[in-house]
Amino acid sequence: MVRKKKRFEYLEHTADAKFKAYGKTDEERFENAALAMFNIVINTEKIREVEMHTLEIKAKNLRGLLYDFLDELLYLHDVEGFVLAKVKKVVIEENTLKATVTGDKYQGYEIRGHIKAVTYNDFEYTKNYVVMVMDL
Amino acid sequence: MKAKKINDYLYEIPKTGNMKVPVKIFASDKLIKAIEDDGALQQGINVASSFEGIQKASFMMSDAHKGYGFPIGGVAAFDKEKGIITPGGIGFDINCGVRMLATNLNKEEVTPKMKILLDKLFELVPCGVGSESKIRLTDDELDDVLVNGSKFAAKKGYGTQEDVTHAEEEGSMKGCDPKTVSMKAKGRGRRQLGTLGAGNHFLEVQVVDEIYDEETAKTFGINKKGQVVIMIHCGSRGLGHQVCSDYIRKFEDEYPKIIESLPEKDLIYAPFNSRLGQDYYSAMIGSANYAWANRHVIAHFVRQGFKEVFGEKTELRTIYDVAHNIAKLEKHIVDGVEKELIVHRKGATRAFPPGRTELPKNYVGVGQPVILPGSMGTASYLLKGAEKAMELSFGSTAHGAGRSMGRFAAMKKYSSEQVISELEKNNILIRSASKKGIVEEAPGAYKDIDEVVRVSDKAGIAELVARVRPLGVIKG
Repeated sequence: MVRKKKRFEYLEHTADAKFKAYGKTDEERFENAALAMFNIVINTEKIREVEMHTLEIKAKNLRGLLYDFLDELLYLHDVEGFVLAKVKKVVIEENTLKATVTGDKYQGYEIRGHIKAVTYNDFEYTKNYVVMVMDL
Repeated sequence: MKAKKINDYLYEIPKTGNMKVPVKIFASDKLIKAIEDDGALQQGINVASSFEGIQKASFMMSDAHKGYGFPIGGVAAFDKEKGIITPGGIGFDINCGVRMLATNLNKEEVTPKMKILLDKLFELVPCGVGSESKIRLTDDELDDVLVNGSKFAAKKGYGTQEDVTHAEEEGSMKGCDPKTVSMKAKGRGRRQLGTLGAGNHFLEVQVVDEIYDEETAKTFGINKKGQVVIMIHCGSRGLGHQVCSDYIRKFEDEYPKIIESLPEKDLIYAPFNSRLGQDYYSAMIGSANYAWANRHVIAHFVRQGFKEVFGEKTELRTIYDVAHNIAKLEKHIVDGVEKELIVHRKGATRAFPPGRTELPKNYVGVGQPVILPGSMGTASYLLKGAEKAMELSFGSTAHGAGRSMGRFAAMKKYSSEQVISELEKNNILIRSASKKGIVEEAPGAYKDIDEVVRVSDKAGIAELVARVRPLGVIKG
C-alpha cells in the first residue's frame, strides 16, 4: 500500500482543539476536515463501515458550507452515536454540498474525546488547507 | 503585547485607535504574563473595539485565557437600546455553571466509604461521551424545561424547593419562546437531561479545609472544617451548543458585511433589539434554563446516592448555583445614572453584593455565594459578592482556575497512570469515563486557582468565605 500524504494535523491551542486539514480541492479539504474532527473523538481508521448517511447542505458560501457540514456530522454523533469511518463522496456545486459518509455507532470503540461545537475561531480557508478550532 | 499596571490587582490597556473603551484586567504580576502571552489580551481589545453601545470597559477576570471571540474570563455590558448581543460573548456551552451542596456529614464518615459512594454516583449520574439520561422528555416536556428550567424539574418531583430558590434566577429565567430553539437543538437535548457530559465537567465530593468568614459561611450552610460538600460543574449539553452554532450561522447570513469586518468571526453579533437578536436571547434563555434543570436533576441523583450509602438521615442542601456563560439584563450605574444593560459573562461569574434584590432572601444580607472550582485535584473556593464589584466589574469575578496548557500539550506531558497516582497520593479517588479525559484535565494544565482567587479577594470584587479540597472526583 502506498502511504498517503498527510491529510491533517493538530495545532496547539490552550483550551480547545485546532486542526489544519489539507487538500488540493474544496472536496478534499472538506473530507479531511471531517476526518480531523472525528479523530479528536475516536481513531477513525478502526471504525467499521456499518452505516451510511447522505447529507445535503445549502449555505451562502464555502465557509458556511464547511461549518454546516461538520455541524451536521456532530449532530449525528451526539444524537445517534455515529462515528465516522470514511467520507465516501463530497460534491460541491454552487452553494450546495452533497456528501456520503460511512461509519458505525461509537459503542465498543475507545473514545478519545468530546467535541461540544464547531467554531469560527482562527478560521482559515486557502487553496491548500483549512484551519479550524473545535470547542471541547 | 503588554498591559499597563494600575495597582497590584489591576492592569489596563488604555483606549487607543479604534477602541471604544479601555480593557481592564484583574490580575497580579504572576497571572498577567500568561494572559499577555496566549492571545487573550488581543481578544479583550477586540471586544473593546468591535461593538456599539459597550459601557465602561472590556473586562478580563483573573483566570482569563484565550477563547473564541471573547476571551474566556471576559465581561462586557452593552446599552439595552443601542447595544448588541453576541454568542461569542456567552460561549458554546450556554449556562455552563456550578452548583454546590452542603451535607451534614463529615470527612471521617465519608472517606471510608468513598469507593462505594463514587461507584454509586457514577451509576446514577451518566457521564462521558454519548452518555444518555434515563429521563426521556416528550416534546411538550422539553418545551417546559426551556421555559421553566429548575421549576420544571421540581414539578416533576426532583429535588427540593430550596434547590430552586438557591440558584441564580431561581433556575428559571423568564423570556424563552421555545420556537426560537431549533428542532436540531431539541433533538440533542431530549435525552441528555441529568447527564454530566465530558471535557472539563465534573462532580466532586469535597471537604471544607479552611473557613475565612465564619458568619457568612454559616449563612451559606458551612458550619465547620471537615464538613463534606459537593460541587457539580456542567452546562446545557448538546442543546446549548447547538443553539450557539445555529445563531452564529443565522447572524452570519443576516449580517454578511459585519462578519467580514470583524477581527474574529466568532464575534458576529446582532443589535440586541433586532428580531434575530431577540430570538437568540430567547433561545439562550431556554438553554440556560435547560442547564439549571440539568444541574438540579443531577443534584437530585447525588442526594439519592448519598442516602443509599449513608442512610436516609443524610441531608444535602443546595448552597447556590451560578452560571458562568450567560448574558442577562441587569441594572447598573454608569456615570451616576442607573441603566439597564445586557451584561455578557463568558467564563465569568456574577458576584452581586449584599442588598441586591436578585439574591435569595436569606443571602440578601451577606451577598451572593460565588463558586470557583479549581482544577481536578486542587482546591476550590466559595466566595461572596462584594460592593466594589458593582463599580469595578459590573458585579462579576472569575469562574475557576482557567487552562494554562493545551490539551495536546497535557497529553504529551502526562500519562493517566501518573495523574491518578498523584491524586491517590493526596488521598483523592477518581472515577472517569475516559483515560484521556483524566490526562487532559491534569492539574498541571491549569492556572493556580489560589492566585486567581487571591486577586478577586484583594481587588474587592468577591471575597473569600471558605476553601474546599476534593476527596473524590467523577469525570466524563
